[in-house]
Amino acid sequence: MRQTLQTSPAGSISAVTPPRRLRASKEARKNLVAYAFLAPWLLGLLIFSAGPILASAYLSFTRYDLLSAPEWTGLNNYIVMFTRDPRFAKALQVTANYVFVSVPLQLTLALAIAIVLNRGLRALSLYRAIYYLPSLLGGSVAIAILWRQVFGLDGLINQVLALVGIQGISWIGTPETAVYTLVLLRIWQFGSPMIIFLAGLKQIPREFYEAAEIDGAGRWSRFWRITIPLLTPIIFFNLVLQIISAFQTFTQAFIVSGGTGGPVNSTLFYTLYLYQQGFSAFNMGYASAMAWVLLGIVGGLTLVSFLSSKYWVYYES
Amino acid sequence: MTATFNQARRARRPLLSSAIKHILLLMGAVAMLYPLLWMLSSSFKPENVIFQDLGLIPRPFTLQNYVAGWTALNVPFSLFYVNSFIISGLSVVGTVLSCALAAYAFARLDFRLKRLWFALMLGTIMLPYHVTLIPRYIMFFQLGWVNTILPLTIPHFFAVNSFFVFLIVQFIRGLPRDLDDAAAIDGASEWQIFWRIIVPLAAPALVTTAIFTFIWTWDDFFSQLLYLSRITSYTVSLALRAFVDSQDRSSLGSLFAMSVISLIPAFVIFVAAQQQLVEGVSKTGLKG
Repeated sequence: MRQTLQTSPAGSISAVTPPRRLRASKEARKNLVAYAFLAPWLLGLLIFSAGPILASAYLSFTRYDLLSAPEWTGLNNYIVMFTRDPRFAKALQVTANYVFVSVPLQLTLALAIAIVLNRGLRALSLYRAIYYLPSLLGGSVAIAILWRQVFGLDGLINQVLALVGIQGISWIGTPETAVYTLVLLRIWQFGSPMIIFLAGLKQIPREFYEAAEIDGAGRWSRFWRITIPLLTPIIFFNLVLQIISAFQTFTQAFIVSGGTGGPVNSTLFYTLYLYQQGFSAFNMGYASAMAWVLLGIVGGLTLVSFLSSKYWVYYES
Repeated sequence: MTATFNQARRARRPLLSSAIKHILLLMGAVAMLYPLLWMLSSSFKPENVIFQDLGLIPRPFTLQNYVAGWTALNVPFSLFYVNSFIISGLSVVGTVLSCALAAYAFARLDFRLKRLWFALMLGTIMLPYHVTLIPRYIMFFQLGWVNTILPLTIPHFFAVNSFFVFLIVQFIRGLPRDLDDAAAIDGASEWQIFWRIIVPLAAPALVTTAIFTFIWTWDDFFSQLLYLSRITSYTVSLALRAFVDSQDRSSLGSLFAMSVISLIPAFVIFVAAQQQLVEGVSKTGLKG
């Protein structure tokens, strides 16, 4: 009532305008509210992601030691990296070897166990939990320490070998074998891809198998003709995920080699070398360039996976 | 003859093959857990026995390793534990809060440039940490934050791990809108809808976020190595590493003892929230 009484002088003007102005201010309010909710993430994106990415792109063309101003050197860091730095080449080779040996083995094991577990086994959740535990603990310093002892000269493995009369070597201390102890450490953590495979296997309709069985398809051909094609999206997902994470492995190599990447650079993982360049030698420009090359590699591998997925990943339409 | 043979075989096979399967799976489980159990048992063995004893039952049993390990770095291990808990706890609070806020905006509100921001959010999920590493370090160095816990905790309050934003967005999208609408008609503000309706309903996703943030921060080594160099601000990860470096062979037992202690929080979470963990991994592909 009071409102209607008050409106009379200005009321005639505002009576024409409200719809649009109201809508505009309502719209503005909606945006304001939404951006208030978004603000922490948005600030984080600018301050901790977007800004630093651009800054590291710039730094990758400079020489910079944190104390004096960055000095522009053009493409020098990249040129040195690919032509005059044998440790960089070694780091790339060690990491690639590690990734392309460990990830396929890890995923094969994960898939095999998932298939066994999927066949309506009793105590499924118990096995699933036990097999998952290493994935949960595996990234810690404690497990890396354990690995160092297990594969050391008088470690657990050699004690077992001694039981059958074999004199083992220091698997961690020998350049030819050191990286494969880390490969084993990754394979040991097959639990999380296994859980993802299990979820995928549950999605495959039972009728497919029953129909195939009626048609006389054997176990093997059911596996290759039904399970694998229908699981390709999951295989693809696991592959991309594991490759990306394997490329960035740091802690295990650092602990096992005492931060050196030894023996004879045999565990000099890419990120470990990046750390040495950036934070031991304080070549922050060079380390930034290495980070960008890493981004290129990871992005490139992801892209290749996505492009190739057309040919081997089967999506139900 | 053949028919009865086949029948018999078919009847016997499931039982036999499932028994074989169980035996193989159990052997696999034992082989996988053996190193862990061996470390646990070794932590209760006297130093000189560890290298000669493959068995899992510590004989003679001793707590000496724990006593010695606790003070081996001249600073009690409890301090490292507290430091780790502070960093992990703050990271959990920051991540859950900031990610839930952003996720609500993406899942339920309309605003300008929404698609662009959403695409950028997805884009940062796969971004290697190392690309932002050096400029971040320089920034924290110039702010005078190196050797404090700020570089390790403050970014978590800005939802830097956008993977969790995505996780929570997906979860909120699956919630019915009826409750939001009813509350809106009753005059509830967006904040009230978020706080009173969405947060309680999205609890499973928030718990998953909290669990994985905790474990990842607890296990983190790389950024702690960069930012913390005073022994009094060491975390459990850094203390273990310092322990390895200073270790001579005679302190292996204490090293194992402290390693066991460092794994306790993750293990407790594993036992208490197993279902949550497994679901988190299977629905989203989170790495443990």
